[in-house]
Amino acid sequence: MTVEKMILAVITTSPHKVAGGVTFICENDEELQRTAANLEAILDGIAHALSDDLLIIVKH
Amino acid sequence: MNEYTYPILFGVTIGVLTRLYLLKTDYRQYPTYLHGKIIHIALGFIAAGLGTIAVPAIMEKEFAAITFLALAASQFRDVRNMERNTLNELDQYELVPRGKTYIEGIAIVFEGRNYLVIFASFLSTFAYLVWNIWLGLVAAVASFIVARNLMSGSRLGDIVEVEYVKPHFKGAGLYVDNIYIMNIGLEARREEILRYGMGFILKPKNFNARSTIANLGQRQAILHDISTALGVYRDSGTPALVPLAKRDLDDGRVGIFILPQEKDVEKAKAIIRNVPTLENAIRMPTKSETNQTGKVLK
Repeated sequence: MTVEKMILAVITTSPHKVAGGVTFICENDEELQRTAANLEAILDGIAHALSDDLLIIVKH
Repeated sequence: MNEYTYPILFGVTIGVLTRLYLLKTDYRQYPTYLHGKIIHIALGFIAAGLGTIAVPAIMEKEFAAITFLALAASQFRDVRNMERNTLNELDQYELVPRGKTYIEGIAIVFEGRNYLVIFASFLSTFAYLVWNIWLGLVAAVASFIVARNLMSGSRLGDIVEVEYVKPHFKGAGLYVDNIYIMNIGLEARREEILRYGMGFILKPKNFNARSTIANLGQRQAILHDISTALGVYRDSGTPALVPLAKRDLDDGRVGIFILPQEKDVEKAKAIIRNVPTLENAIRMPTKSETNQTGKVLK
């Protein structure tokens, strides 16, 4: 089964902006980019940016 | 040997030649080399035989033989199903799929070409038997020309103007001109996209073209054709690197975003202009009766 059109993971440096879901909290921007790149590859999804400090992974 | 031997041989030859003439493997790589071609030549031979035999059958007052043509029709409908199924299966493993509209178009063409072969064989055998071989040849040439004209559809270049635009980012949003394509979160991906990506704007020449290029199948066909001809910078598991075509809702222009291996603007433009307008995508809103009167649609 593939889960599509759903938020598979949330990666952020501002944890107070997120509630629920699989959330990865990062220390800085570099870690944010690295984690998102890894998750993108693992989940076969796209990393979308909602703001500079908040990324989500979605599979289309 | 009887009086029909040579006319039948002649008609079958003309039919097979017509099929060969209509069968070309080009950049689409379809039909595939050798085996795919053999299937179509063999079916073309059967079609040619059916078209040819019909003439002596009528002359011998064997009218029941005509019912064989009905058999042929159901036979060639199966050809269409076969093509559709094969291409649908293969499409799942394409990096940039053809799309169902394109596949349906190809399948229809394969069925239609067999009927053209029947038509060519029938006409040339008929002319041979009624007059002589020379008029048979004239009929053959005429049906070649008819077949060619019937089978060459219009191209995208006839209905749109193509313009190159460098894609750019506004924040995480990727844009071609003012048309939003998608949201790219990773900075590394954005750099890749700016390095390899190309953008094109398709400007419809009239109101009909606007509806035609809005069709999702037509847009997918454009992406597939460019990716076939210029290569594609992507792999499985990199959904961020996907060619996309999005529409400007205000004026019906379509923004094409592609990631070719070979970044050549002129070639890409030529390819886009050469993409067939899919007959299943063509819309003619101006031909609607309500649109014949009143304000002219532009």
